[in-house]
Amino acid sequence: MISADIQTVMPEIVLAVYAMLALLAAVYTTKDKMAPLLTWITSGLFVLLAFWISADDSTVSAFDGMYHNDGFARFAKIAILLSAAAVLLMSQGYMQRRGLLRFEYPILIALSVVGMMVMVSAGDLMALYMGLELQSLSLYVVASLRRDSLKSTEAGLKYFVLGALSSGLLLYGASLTYGFAGTTLFFGIMAATADGVSLGLLFGVVFMLAGFAFKISAAPFHMWTPDVYEGSPTPVTAFFATAPKVAAMALFARVVHDAFGGIVGEWQEIVAFLSVISMFLGAIAAIGQRDIKRLMAYSSIAHMGFALMGLAAGTVFGVQAMLIYMAIYVTMNVGTFAFILSMEKDGRPVTDIQSLKSLSKKQPVMALVLLIMMFSLAGVPPMLGFFGKFYVLRAAYDAGLGWLAIMGVVASVIGAFYYLRIVYYVYFGEDTDGLNGKMPGVLWGVAVVTSAIVLLAWVPGINLFGIETIAEAAAQTLVN
Amino acid sequence: MIGLEHYLAVAAALFVIGIFGLFLNRKNVIILLMSIELMLLAVNINFVAFSSFLNDMVGQVFTLFVLTVAASEAAIGLAILVCFFRNRGTIDVEDVNVMKG
Repeated sequence: MISADIQTVMPEIVLAVYAMLALLAAVYTTKDKMAPLLTWITSGLFVLLAFWISADDSTVSAFDGMYHNDGFARFAKIAILLSAAAVLLMSQGYMQRRGLLRFEYPILIALSVVGMMVMVSAGDLMALYMGLELQSLSLYVVASLRRDSLKSTEAGLKYFVLGALSSGLLLYGASLTYGFAGTTLFFGIMAATADGVSLGLLFGVVFMLAGFAFKISAAPFHMWTPDVYEGSPTPVTAFFATAPKVAAMALFARVVHDAFGGIVGEWQEIVAFLSVISMFLGAIAAIGQRDIKRLMAYSSIAHMGFALMGLAAGTVFGVQAMLIYMAIYVTMNVGTFAFILSMEKDGRPVTDIQSLKSLSKKQPVMALVLLIMMFSLAGVPPMLGFFGKFYVLRAAYDAGLGWLAIMGVVASVIGAFYYLRIVYYVYFGEDTDGLNGKMPGVLWGVAVVTSAIVLLAWVPGINLFGIETIAEAAAQTLVN
Repeated sequence: MIGLEHYLAVAAALFVIGIFGLFLNRKNVIILLMSIELMLLAVNINFVAFSSFLNDMVGQVFTLFVLTVAASEAAIGLAILVCFFRNRGTIDVEDVNVMKG
């Protein structure tokens, strides 16, 4: 029934219509003067939509299987919406003080979120492609938001060229998959692979995986990440590090399980390979970085490696571990970027990690927030980050990938070095004239709330906020 | 008789030329945009060939979507390129190097 189908995609329609109305309203009225208000409204709408989506607990597919609304999609959508809302809240003050807040910003973010919601719900190669492109095209523009800055436009240009290349690879894979499976629907592909895979289909899978690896910035397809993170305005970097990563990871899981779930053996090794390379590259290349945004780029590459480890297991528990990891990852990144956004010296933003030296003497609360976040990113128990790593390692071990789990532990130990070095600078660095800005209220609130979550999630009564059971239910709707 | 494999071979050749255009070209960013377009059009040939071979319309519908997206992608790419040109004064690929990555 078409009306029931429309009902299924209602949240996406609401957000898309909102974005277009907001665009019209802003263009025909006060333009950039409306931007702060628009940012708040968009952020509020994201939170409302997240609550709306969480109230649903059905498993339906619409448009003859092209679009799924199941627990897995809802888990990813809620993570996307809430992290995007948090990043928008944090951006408003920062961008306004630097004259960057244009009305396009919240609208483009809203449109890219629509794209992400379509991506995670896709049940067909066409829906997948359209969602992915809506997200990517919005993000290319957001990356070069600072039109008069060379770095920002260069970041946008690099992101565009490599993003378009990855879309091309993905699409070539999609065309081969369509040709050799005879359909673009995921369950059709699943049925076509029931009695063995042809060589053409295998090529299709490999090309599609390469395209996804670009989007989640897994090595060896990561080369755009450090430049784009460094060049984009910091709030945009914060956005890149959170919502799009969750969406692309969920899409990755959706395709490998929904469409190629019958041939786990064929893609398992590729995913495990991507995972190992990403973890080690992220951990080793970050050591030489002086710019905290570049450092966070390598950190996110390493974290994507860990999330892929859960996916490489190819089991329900693996998907569950991946979902928990991604939820924890966005929480930690929102907190860390709340801190990075507040790094300034004489009113100008700084990103050099040397400027953090002896921060603890000047701003003990900020220093403590950073300490908690860095320990958590490194995976020190009992911080939240440790539990994310614990789940993916267990998933890999249970699936008989003991070697992958061992590699993960080694990479995580190497990676701990650069996180702990930041903590060392903050607490024991010699006195220099480093940061002297005050942390604005919103950022302070976000930073304190996320560090409280990160610090206290293990307490027995809280039990990671029940995320384990939610993620398990979500994983079960995907893998069957 | 021209069969499916001929079309696939042409598409694969065009796709590879597109990828090489992206990586080997050191002159001009416009050529990068052309290479991207070439890759997407190679995919379209694939889709149409499969669609005809399978007697299935879905491939041609997909092609229409890809064409539309390719057009908007080119528009956005050129817009970003214009902004970059205003700041840098050149669009040589070798000069896209403020950040080393």
